Amino acid sequence: MSIAEAAARLPVDKTYKIYIGGKFPRTESGRYFALEDQKGRVIANICRGSRKDFRNAIVAARSASPGWSAATAYLRGQILYRIAEMLEGRHEQFVTELVLQGVARRKAKHEVNATVDRLIYYAGWSDKYQQIFSSVNPVSSSHFNFSVLEPTGVVSVLAPDDSSLLGLVSNIAPAIVGGNTCVVLASESRPLCAVSFAEVLHASDVPAGVVNILTGFREELTTQFASHMDVNAVVFCDGDADIAKLIQIEAANNMKRVISRVDTRWSEDSAQSPYLIRDTQETKTTWHPIGG
Amino acid sequence: MDSQVNKLAFNDGWQYAPAPESTDHIQIDEKYDLFIGGDFVAPDEGRYFETINPATEEVLSSVALATDADVDRAVKAARKAYGGWSKMKAKERGKYVFRIARMLQERAREFATIESLDGGKPIRESRDIDIPLAAAHFFYYAGWADKLEYAFPGRNVQSLGVAAQIIPWNFPLLMAAWKIAPALACGNTVVLKSAETTPLTALKLAELIQDAGIPAGVVNIITGAGETGAAMVNHPDVNKVAFTGSTSVGRIIQKSLAGTNKKYTLELGGKAANLIFADAAIDQAVEGIVNGIFFNQGHVCCAGSRLLVQESVADEVIQKLRDRMDTLIVGDPLDKNTDIGAINSMEQLETIRSYLKIGEEEGASMYQSSGDVPDRGYWCRPTIFTGVSQSNRIVQEEIFGPVLAIQTFRTLEEGLEKANNTPYGLSGGVWTDKGAKIFKVTQAMRAGVIWANTFNKFDPASPFGGYKESGVGREGGLHGLDAYVKVAS
Repeated sequence: MSIAEAAARLPVDKTYKIYIGGKFPRTESGRYFALEDQKGRVIANICRGSRKDFRNAIVAARSASPGWSAATAYLRGQILYRIAEMLEGRHEQFVTELVLQGVARRKAKHEVNATVDRLIYYAGWSDKYQQIFSSVNPVSSSHFNFSVLEPTGVVSVLAPDDSSLLGLVSNIAPAIVGGNTCVVLASESRPLCAVSFAEVLHASDVPAGVVNILTGFREELTTQFASHMDVNAVVFCDGDADIAKLIQIEAANNMKRVISRVDTRWSEDSAQSPYLIRDTQETKTTWHPIGG
Repeated sequence: MDSQVNKLAFNDGWQYAPAPESTDHIQIDEKYDLFIGGDFVAPDEGRYFETINPATEEVLSSVALATDADVDRAVKAARKAYGGWSKMKAKERGKYVFRIARMLQERAREFATIESLDGGKPIRESRDIDIPLAAAHFFYYAGWADKLEYAFPGRNVQSLGVAAQIIPWNFPLLMAAWKIAPALACGNTVVLKSAETTPLTALKLAELIQDAGIPAGVVNIITGAGETGAAMVNHPDVNKVAFTGSTSVGRIIQKSLAGTNKKYTLELGGKAANLIFADAAIDQAVEGIVNGIFFNQGHVCCAGSRLLVQESVADEVIQKLRDRMDTLIVGDPLDKNTDIGAINSMEQLETIRSYLKIGEEEGASMYQSSGDVPDRGYWCRPTIFTGVSQSNRIVQEEIFGPVLAIQTFRTLEEGLEKANNTPYGLSGGVWTDKGAKIFKVTQAMRAGVIWANTFNKFDPASPFGGYKESGVGREGGLHGLDAYVKVAS
């Protein structure tokens, strides 16, 4: 860069931080890892989140759970729609970040569009999945008996590595539209969009703690995501049989629901369905006597 | 106190004459082999173990101890049968399952009598609840066989393969029905292991399945102990594991399935709270408490083993509960007057006794009903503990016996806080005359089955299963189909 060029205007680089309880702290550990572009130049220093960050995030997610699970379906739908609106408005920023991380521009545009559409898709499900999956059960006694879905609670999500925006959102949206709160570990190799997506969430009336996003090393944090005793379900999208086994063994300590989304093609329509919402729902059945 | 003035005298003056169910109409063989591939075959190592009547401690029969080799044989038989069974026209498959339901209805009294002999539960319960519900379960799922596409909108439904099913001793035939009926309707074949102390009705079901002409190997029923179950879970050619039992064993199973592609459902322990509000119909609530904890000797995973009663009515509720407990007849399971039968096994009786000791050591006060219990057999009087706190072991841990821990609360919020303060989440109960309060409480309880102004009701159309550490998946109803199919887009 020539001196003349440098003098024109110095661009302001963004500090990429993590997102916990509606705030953007740095990792409590003070650690980072350098994210490089394909030519080996440093794009950003990314927070290398710690187990303590994860525990803090779970506390935030658990605190947010009663309020969010009690929010009306209409409100949750509108908030998801709002996230889509905010993302649409920042389209170019996300394309730029994807390109920086090695995605071709055309594909990057497509990914951002698809992500907006996916949010709209789930926004529309907010007040419908319950009707699809609930039932009135014709029991053979004098009772009114019905089954409804309720959010399982706090969900930990190991987001897919290769689809760093669409894959991330494809896992967050079905969890939160169903009233769960979540803690997500962003793609390790392409973490930029996750942090910027947290800013989108922050501007979309998503209550603090409903979505918490960490960056860091998958290998370091996987066990914690699967083992934490105040997590109700764990979602994972990558890894071989050994990783799946590790997650399932750790999850068994408090009978977590284990949801594997390995080998999902996130860009296809088959990667979205109300069954993904149901993955993190519990069925509650209630009996009421009929009588005077 | 008013409640003492108005004490209901159920058993003054009149005594109940014995009304035993006869046993001359039932047939129990001296020895049972394993039901594999449509025939009863001797176990690989030739070992058998006895099953006794817990009310008399007399031996009823000997049953085979299935080894790893026997499990392998059973899985192979199920695998062999799977091709034909899964490809059979769904409506024909359904007709087979309907046939099981019908034959079970025909032989209901025989099954009920054997269930009470082998497991110790009152004949009134086995006759009116266990066996009719088991038949109803087969009837319910039979009808699903050719309608599965309606249960999963937008999806393609396929059977899983071979299901390994392990059932407990508290509702032996009913649990067999819960496991086998949906599995068969969805086109799977099964290997089912009955519990160690209650093998007989499952073996009678094997005979019935043979009589019904179900193709050989579609249902295989084996007997054995924990090692037999472990061999089933770990068998590489099993596609699905269904287990009902304790949370500790469920956890071991979930861990041993890690890294495999086996689908699983786990119906595990519970410590249900039964909330009584001051505005409840108190006499009805007391009946609900009794049914909640003393039904089937408290050997019920969804038993209402924690009573949470609003402070202003606590004295009245507890006094009425004690009065009612004193009228409960503990004794011969075959007697139609019996309310509370025998504890299922010596081992379980010892577990319950250890918790009674723990309760007293924790400083709670214990009250047991005053009636007589027989000299022989395994018995436990209906028991309540008052003066317990949330952290006490008798409040937190599943006892699986007729033992109730009683706490009080002042506000709705406090009641809910205490109700949900447990790692379990299987069931719960609420008693109040206010409709809006019912919905508030039933929504806020973190449990899979909630009874409002009733308790311990079951139906094949009604999904059953837990939140949190009470298990994974549902059995019963439309939701119970999910456990036995794979759905693809």
